[in-house]
Amino acid sequence: MYAVNFLILGAVLFSLGVFGVIARRNAVMVLMSIELILNAVNVNLIAFALMNDSAEGHVFALYVIAVAAAEVGVGLAMVLMIYRNRRSIALDELSVLKG
Amino acid sequence: MSAVLAADVNVAQNVGFYIIAAVMVYGAVRIVSTRNVVHAALWLVVVLGGVAAQYILAAAEFVAISQVMVYIGAVMVLFLFGIMLTRATIGAEDGLNNRGWGLGIPVALLLAGTMIWVIVDEYGGSVIESPDGPMPTTALSDVFLREGLVPFLALSFVLLAAAIGAIVLARKD
Repeated sequence: MYAVNFLILGAVLFSLGVFGVIARRNAVMVLMSIELILNAVNVNLIAFALMNDSAEGHVFALYVIAVAAAEVGVGLAMVLMIYRNRRSIALDELSVLKG
Repeated sequence: MSAVLAADVNVAQNVGFYIIAAVMVYGAVRIVSTRNVVHAALWLVVVLGGVAAQYILAAAEFVAISQVMVYIGAVMVLFLFGIMLTRATIGAEDGLNNRGWGLGIPVALLLAGTMIWVIVDEYGGSVIESPDGPMPTTALSDVFLREGLVPFLALSFVLLAAAIGAIVLARKD
């Protein structure tokens, strides 16, 4: 297995996730793009754990999975609250702080 | 390169990797380009399942099982409930993208180009030797319960706080 395989896959997924965060207007779709980014990082962690034959990379990947689960829970709760208050989850309309 | 190919590279492993990776990249492109929110969530299932398959190829079976249970089992249900509760249109929908969404294309291309250049420069041609077997779960638990114990406990509190916070935020009163 070539070492670049996993790393390039991670880089491509990460870039697609960044594109989604920049391009998307719907808050739920931005959260999905963030999931893509976190998974790209996890692929890299597992690849480096495989290269060094160590368990630390796996443990870090599990930490990232747990943090991602917490992030999605709180993020979707916030999206629901914003939807309840404003009847819309378009992120470019949430500009009250812009003056 | 050909000598490397003949001796050290597990061809079947590489072929499997490329097939799964192609499906994953196609799914990821569909997530960020589709005009249907529910379809984006279902393509996300494809990508997350592909990530789990890559973990198994990389001998990380415990992480692969956790990936399937946490992401495909729990996070996707949360996403589908979020889509349902924010009453997204069933079917194709306009206005999912920002006005300035085209700006994302050069940013993503620049980011991917830079990272791939650095990766190929550093790791081009180097080969990971095939592992003897899956990483034993006892090795993971050794790390978790020794040097990883404090972050493990901290993470438990983060999850607890996130659960309570999500309930408080989403509560109607």
